[in-house]
Amino acid sequence: METFSLSHDDWSLHRKGIVDQARHKQKVKEAIRRNLADIVSEQSIITSDGKRLVRVPIRTLEQYKFRYDPNDKRGVGQGDGNTKVGDILERYGKSNGNGSGQQAGDQPGVDFYEAEITFDELAALVFEDLSLPNLEERRVRELPAETVRFTDIRRSGPFSNLDKRRTIRENLRRNALQGRRGFGRMEMDDLRFKTWERDIRRESNAVVFAMMDVSGSMGAFEKYVSRAFYYWMVRFLRTRYDSVEIVFIAHHTEAKQVSEEEFFTKGESGGTKASSAYQLALDLVEQTYRPDDWNIYPFHFSDGDNWPSDNEVCVRLATELLRCSNLFGYGEIRQTRSTHQSSLMQALRRLESPKFVTVSIGDKADVHPALTRFFGANAGKEAQRGAA
Amino acid sequence: MARRSDPDLARLRDSIEQIWEIAQRLGLRPFPTHFELVPAAIMYEFGSYGMPGRFSHWTHGKLYQTQKTMYDYGLSKIYELVINTNPCWAFLLESNTVLQNEFVVAHVLGHSDFFANNAYYQRTSRRMIDTVTLNAERLRRYEYQFGMERVEQLLDAVISIEEHVDPFAETERRERPATPARRQSAYDDLWEPVMSEDQQQSTRLPARDGVPTPCRDLLLFLARESPILEDWERDVVEIVRGEMLYFYPQMQTKIINEGWASYWHVQIMRELDLSSTDHLEFAALHSSVLQPHPGRLNPYYLGFTILNDVERRFNALDGSGRERLFQLRETECDVSLVRNYLTEELVSDLDLFYAERRSDALVITEKQWEAVRDRLVEQISDFGIPTIHALDADYNGNRELLLRHEWNGRDLDLSYAEKTLEGVEQLWGRKVWLETRENEGNPLLLSYSRGDGHARRQAAA
Repeated sequence: METFSLSHDDWSLHRKGIVDQARHKQKVKEAIRRNLADIVSEQSIITSDGKRLVRVPIRTLEQYKFRYDPNDKRGVGQGDGNTKVGDILERYGKSNGNGSGQQAGDQPGVDFYEAEITFDELAALVFEDLSLPNLEERRVRELPAETVRFTDIRRSGPFSNLDKRRTIRENLRRNALQGRRGFGRMEMDDLRFKTWERDIRRESNAVVFAMMDVSGSMGAFEKYVSRAFYYWMVRFLRTRYDSVEIVFIAHHTEAKQVSEEEFFTKGESGGTKASSAYQLALDLVEQTYRPDDWNIYPFHFSDGDNWPSDNEVCVRLATELLRCSNLFGYGEIRQTRSTHQSSLMQALRRLESPKFVTVSIGDKADVHPALTRFFGANAGKEAQRGAA
Repeated sequence: MARRSDPDLARLRDSIEQIWEIAQRLGLRPFPTHFELVPAAIMYEFGSYGMPGRFSHWTHGKLYQTQKTMYDYGLSKIYELVINTNPCWAFLLESNTVLQNEFVVAHVLGHSDFFANNAYYQRTSRRMIDTVTLNAERLRRYEYQFGMERVEQLLDAVISIEEHVDPFAETERRERPATPARRQSAYDDLWEPVMSEDQQQSTRLPARDGVPTPCRDLLLFLARESPILEDWERDVVEIVRGEMLYFYPQMQTKIINEGWASYWHVQIMRELDLSSTDHLEFAALHSSVLQPHPGRLNPYYLGFTILNDVERRFNALDGSGRERLFQLRETECDVSLVRNYLTEELVSDLDLFYAERRSDALVITEKQWEAVRDRLVEQISDFGIPTIHALDADYNGNRELLLRHEWNGRDLDLSYAEKTLEGVEQLWGRKVWLETRENEGNPLLLSYSRGDGHARRQAAA
């Protein structure tokens, strides 16, 4: 007799779906890593507040197969009872179903897989192999972020902090004043205690000069790219290092130190004298960030359209700056990928030092390579190479 | 840890017993059926893998995540999952009410009966859960042996063309005259037709004795003809192909199978002594499953309507309605059901139409019933998947592979096709070509190889 059975078991240990789901998530992460160059310069991510989820487009995780053009919808359907030939069921927008940011033209319906990822996860991927190059250990004071220093002596305090040597000395002195020699007859007045202060010095002492050309010749693209670079640089430094100081310097013909907010939002105009920024950085090194105490990292982004007469000054000041720096990065943004080099780049190229690193950026996607070039494992160690 | 004390479980068991008896009395002959109550996570897992025990792959995980999320947000719900095996396995959602599960059981018995009696299922393995479990085991062993990454990359390529299988490819192969074996003895009939020595020497270069072309079964063609795949890789291709062939009849009989199960859940539930509340809940469930989707086609509703119409017409003719239905469930698939039983009256009652894209809108272009019927037949005969044939394993005299898309007025998604060709090239190891047409039929030839990259060549019409 053919029949049935029924059961209700415990399935709580069955995890296959979850395991394969995890593999899929892992692939999403890998895909993000492969597409970092595109993702890093996404407008929506740069302008995000850095807290919420970000959506990143991934092209490589689609399950490809032979399929009909999805824009060519056709087929048999069922109506409400009153359809007739010529009825319009659906209208398409002019965009042929292509949203913004997708490839146009002969590539209809390219689906983008959008992965959601928290900003922190994304940042961790971006910063994976980055570090401040040439950070010199000997100059780093091995002080924990919060240390205690004994700086004063008082008459009261916990006995664990009793300053025995001073206490004995006080005792000897009082005895001597009273005409006795030697140690003995301790009194409360003799006691001396060490007191301490919290030391606010931080463990690492590096300063980064973020110098940016804000002159009139810097177009929207150039400004966007340099800000995108500095956006990630600032986040990277703040994530990895507790207290790297970042000095923001904006320059046209004159340089001035600006707040972080001004640096990222304000535009200026006028001509360009890059030397003004270098001079300001040198002045700051002189006054505040002495090379004996600080690891110094100047970075400069410009379109390279410098006053010709200023170039020689730039080379001189850059040489000086380079002498006290751990790494000097110069990024030049030229949208037209001409082989022609700008005057500033040509001039600075003469600085033959492994600590001087240049990058040419012609495309948004070059921002991530620039980060890796400046902060990657080999930055400042290789011989100077032709830029990208 | 069976939770047998559950009073709902006891009530459900009683109901199933009752439903089982009604089904038998009404003439259904299902496989013995095992019902298993499972939590939603398990239901969605089995749903996204197609059945329990199948091999691991991230695409399954992706589908699982999507479906489970839809369920968690209340956007969709799988009520049941029935596996075509003997005994038949049916999974019910433990969070369903008893009435919902009674409804589902009645529906499941329709499916189980269909699996057991429909002609298209007669060659499917009835122990498929065992088979896929062993397959998964073998794939896991390959992962140990050759590395997870290699197996995954291979599966990525194979799965991208997994829909291109053909249950008749092997039949044709068998029907070809066997090549005369060289071995001559009285016991030759004990052996498979053997290959001659020259043929054996040329196994790496199968030409005349290979899979006959054009071959619609790309997986078969690649598994047997690829010049570069290793034996274990051929095995992986064959594993995926075997599982897809098992699912093939379910793709061929979606409308009639769902129609049949829906017809029976109505018949059986009518026989049950339902309270008025239960009856209301049943009516709500029934209509949620069968409601027509405006502008589209609900296979449950279409199948249900056609079967009811057949019963009504033959009852009016000679009272043989039910008998007719039992015949249909044995012999028909979707294509034949629609072609033979979608009448002018039904097309008009259902308000079926054919719509096409005209410039920037989807417009109804056809209401004439035979034209609509034929369009529907066309649409369900390829399951919405473009037909691709392997044509030439020695294209350009250079062991390159030529595929042809049988263009039927619908263009391919070319960027997808190019990405898919990359997978085919991975399996073939040499340049692959794809003939297709675009824009009203202009011939187009795509090609890809790792060395030369992608190319598109337009040919004169």
